[in-house]
Amino acid sequence: MKSTNVLINLSKITKDYVTEDITTNVLKGISLVVNKGDFIAITGRSGSGKSTLMNIIGVLDIPTSGTYILNNVDVSKMEEDELAFVRNKEIGFVFQSFNLLNRASALENVILPSIYAGVKPSERHDRAVKILKDLGLQDKMNNRPNQLSGGQQQRVAIARALMNNPELILADEPTGNLDTKSGQDVMNILKNLNNQGKTIVLITHEADIAKHAKKIIHIEDGKLIH
Amino acid sequence: METQELIRISFRAILSNKLRSFLTTLGIIIGVFAIILLVSIGAGLQSYITNQIEGFGSNLIFLIPGRIGGARTPGGQSSNKLLISDTKTIQLKLKNMASVAPIVQQISTVKYKNKTDKGVSIMGTTSNYIKTVKNALVEKGSFFNFAQEQSGAKVATIGESVKTNLFGNNNPIGKKVYISNNTYTVIGVMKKRGAIFGIDQDNIIIVPVAAAQQQFGLTHINAAYIAVNNQNQIADVKDKVSKILLKRLSEDDFTLQTAESSLSIVANVTNVLQIALGGIAAIALLVGGIGVANIMLVSVTERTKEIGLRKALGAKRSDILKQFLLEAVILSLSGGIVGIILGLTASYILSLFLVSQVTPFSIILAFGFSVMIGIIFGMAPAIRASKLNPIDALRYE
Repeated sequence: MKSTNVLINLSKITKDYVTEDITTNVLKGISLVVNKGDFIAITGRSGSGKSTLMNIIGVLDIPTSGTYILNNVDVSKMEEDELAFVRNKEIGFVFQSFNLLNRASALENVILPSIYAGVKPSERHDRAVKILKDLGLQDKMNNRPNQLSGGQQQRVAIARALMNNPELILADEPTGNLDTKSGQDVMNILKNLNNQGKTIVLITHEADIAKHAKKIIHIEDGKLIH
Repeated sequence: METQELIRISFRAILSNKLRSFLTTLGIIIGVFAIILLVSIGAGLQSYITNQIEGFGSNLIFLIPGRIGGARTPGGQSSNKLLISDTKTIQLKLKNMASVAPIVQQISTVKYKNKTDKGVSIMGTTSNYIKTVKNALVEKGSFFNFAQEQSGAKVATIGESVKTNLFGNNNPIGKKVYISNNTYTVIGVMKKRGAIFGIDQDNIIIVPVAAAQQQFGLTHINAAYIAVNNQNQIADVKDKVSKILLKRLSEDDFTLQTAESSLSIVANVTNVLQIALGGIAAIALLVGGIGVANIMLVSVTERTKEIGLRKALGAKRSDILKQFLLEAVILSLSGGIVGIILGLTASYILSLFLVSQVTPFSIILAFGFSVMIGIIFGMAPAIRASKLNPIDALRYE
C-alpha cells in the first residue's frame, strides 16, 4: 500500500509536553499524507500546535506516539544523530528569521549543509554558485548577511535549503519578516521550485500567503480541519 | 565534517572576538611563560653546578681528611691524620691505575719588587695535578715537571689574580717573587677559573709539594686528587685506596668522594627545585585554563542559535562537539605558542647575566600542557553545546 509517490505519511501523531507534572497534549492524533510534488499550506493561530507539527514534519522532534514515514523511511523513533542525517538529506528549511550565519558570506552559508553531507569542496562550491546564480544572487555571493536586504537574505536561505537537493522544502513563515514585494518574490520562487518538482510544505498564519499553495490544511487545537 | 573546515570555523569565531580571545589567551600565555622561565632557571642552576663538579673530572676521586658526619675533636675540627707520605704510598701501589696529586695549602704573603699581595693561597702539589684536574689549565708558560717536583725546585705557577696584583700587564714569566722569605721563579700563569661561592680561585700560587713542605714544615695534606686511568675502574680504585689507608688509619680519618656521588646529591636537590618551580607555574596555567572554560561557556551560550541552525542543517552531536573543542584547543594552544616564544626570549636574556638554560623538555611540557588545558577545559562547554536541543536552540533569542 506504500506508494512511492507518497513523501510524508503521518499517522495518528500525538505530541505531549510535560512541564512540572502538568501534561499538555499539543497534537491530538494527526494523520496527513503529502504526495511528492504537492504544495500544501498548514495554517493555524498561534498555540494551535502549528509549530509543533512543523518540528515533527521537519524531524527536529519526534512524536510521543504515532508513526511518521518520510520518503519510505520510518523516522518516528530515530535517535538524534539519525534525525540529523535525515534532515541533512531530505529536508530544506526556510525560516522566518532567515537564520543565516552572520560571520559567513552568502556563499559559505549556502555551502553549509553540504559540508555536513561530506560533499567534496570543489563540488560543493560549484553547486552553491550555480544555485545562487539561479536565484539572481550572483553579485551578492561574497556579501555577509548584514550587507543584504531581507528579501536577498531569504533568497540565500532558500539557496541553502536547495543545496543538498532534498525532496521536501519546509518553509516556516518565510514571508513573516519581509515587506509585501519581497514576500511576493519569495512565494514566486517557492512556486517555481514546486513546478520543478519539489514538494513544499508551508507553515503560515496569513491567509494571503497560504492561498499560493495548491492545498490548505487548517490546524486548530492540535487537530487538523480539512 | 573535515578538519580543515573545522579549523577555519574555529579561527573565524576566535578572531571575531579579538579582545576577548586575547584576554583569555593571556592567562595561558602567563602560565606557559612561567613554566618555560622557571624550569629554565632550575635547569640552568643544575647545569651550572654540574659543570663545576664535572670540571674536576668525572674520573676523579677526592680524598679529604676526617669523615663527613663522623667524629670531630672538641673544637669542631676533625683532626687531620692524612700525611703527605700516605699519598706517596698510594701512588706507589697504584702507579699503573691512577695518578695522585696531593694538595697542601698555606696562606702567605707574596712580594714582587715594591708590590705586596697578602692572603695568597700557596698550594703545594705534584706535577700530576695539571693532568688530574680537568679545569686547571696553564694559560701562559708552563707547569713544573716531574724533575722539578722531585728536586723541590723553587718554581711557581701563579693564578690570574696574583698575576694582576703583582705584575699588572707585564709578563711575569722568569720573574722572581718572594713567598714569605723564599725566592721563587715564576714559570707559568694559570687560566682564569673565576670565583666559586664567593671564593676567588685565582688568588693562588702553585709550587712543588716538596718546596712547600720544606719551606712551611708541612706534613699533612689538605686534600688529594686521585685520577683513575680507566674510568670503569673508579670503584675498584676507591676500594684499593681505602684498604691502603686503613692499614694505618681508621675509617673516621678520611673520606673518599667521587664526582658521581657529589653529582647525585646535586641532581636530587635541583630536581626538587625544578618540580617546585614547575608546580608554581602549573598553578598559573590552571587559572588560565579556567579562563578558557569560562569564555567557552559564554561562547556556547552566545551561539546557541547557531548551534540550533547547524543541527537543523544536519550537524551531528560529534560535529558540534569537535567544533567547540577545537576552538578551545586553538585558543589555548595559541596562548601556549606565544608563551613559549616569550619564555624562550626571557630565558635567553636571563642567561646573559644569570644562570638559565632552556630544555627541550620544558618546551614539550608547555606545549603539551596548553593542548591538554584546551581539551580538559573545553570539554564541558563543548559537551553542553553538543547536547543542545535543535528546536530550543533555534528559538533561543
